[in-house]
Amino acid sequence: MAYSEKVIDHYENPRNVGSFDKNDSSVVTGMVGAPACGDVMKLQLKIDANGIIEDAKFKTYGCGSAIASSSLVTEWVKGKTIEEAQAIKNTDIAEELALPPVKIHCSILAEDAIKAALEDYKSKHDK
Amino acid sequence: MNYFELFSFLPEYDLDTALLAERYRDLQRAVHPDKFANASEQDKRIAVQRAAQVNDGYNTLKHPILRAEHILSLKGFDLSHESTTVKDTQFLMQQMEWRESLEDITDSDAPEEHIEQLHHSFSDYTAQIKSQMSKLIDSDSEQDLLNVADMIRKLKFMAKLQDELARAEDALF
Repeated sequence: MAYSEKVIDHYENPRNVGSFDKNDSSVVTGMVGAPACGDVMKLQLKIDANGIIEDAKFKTYGCGSAIASSSLVTEWVKGKTIEEAQAIKNTDIAEELALPPVKIHCSILAEDAIKAALEDYKSKHDK
Repeated sequence: MNYFELFSFLPEYDLDTALLAERYRDLQRAVHPDKFANASEQDKRIAVQRAAQVNDGYNTLKHPILRAEHILSLKGFDLSHESTTVKDTQFLMQQMEWRESLEDITDSDAPEEHIEQLHHSFSDYTAQIKSQMSKLIDSDSEQDLLNVADMIRKLKFMAKLQDELARAEDALF
């Protein structure tokens, strides 16, 4: 199967790979996994006092499409409010990366990673 | 299609794999194309279909994860076509750590010991899940079966880890 140029670009030059300090109180984490292919994705967001996403990092074990989807998401969420980030849809990711139907689940995983990270934010701030 | 019926087994997780192999050979012989050389086109077609079912059934029943999935599907839970996202953070953190550890094999001073350790951790964890699963899978309670579905998903992640470990091992030698 041929990967699109955008997928290859993100796969070869992934943006924002790595981790933030877990003890930093402005950092929230979303962990998700896809049993069908065994992919594991970690997305961390650094969210400031005004609810703006300052920075994002990811670590993904999976295929090229999963890595590209999470890499793209870290670029997209930066500078966004929580509500804006919440509105990112897997279809936007799949369209941007020209993912074939069999790889749509990679974009779903990336959307779920954003949701999981924002849930972590809510659980930390509703206390 | 109930593969347990096809192979004359009760639909239970614990299964005599030697007996399964024996019944597989018998069934294969019964539907072998040679037997249908002089049969009608329709009978030939049915025999070919039957042979495919026997093969699929054998591959499903002999494989522990696929067998568990088949039991759940007979009870109305279809996992084989799902694209569910797992969100169990603790479990996924552990997966992440193991993946990182797999990456470290190439730079390890004692790669064989490193591999051996991971082998142990993976099989211990897998065995734990399987033993919990086998206690619940023959139940008919929905909650038990939902828990079993979760365990099957975890076993899939473990199978992936074991594949990756085998690949890392192949790359070394």
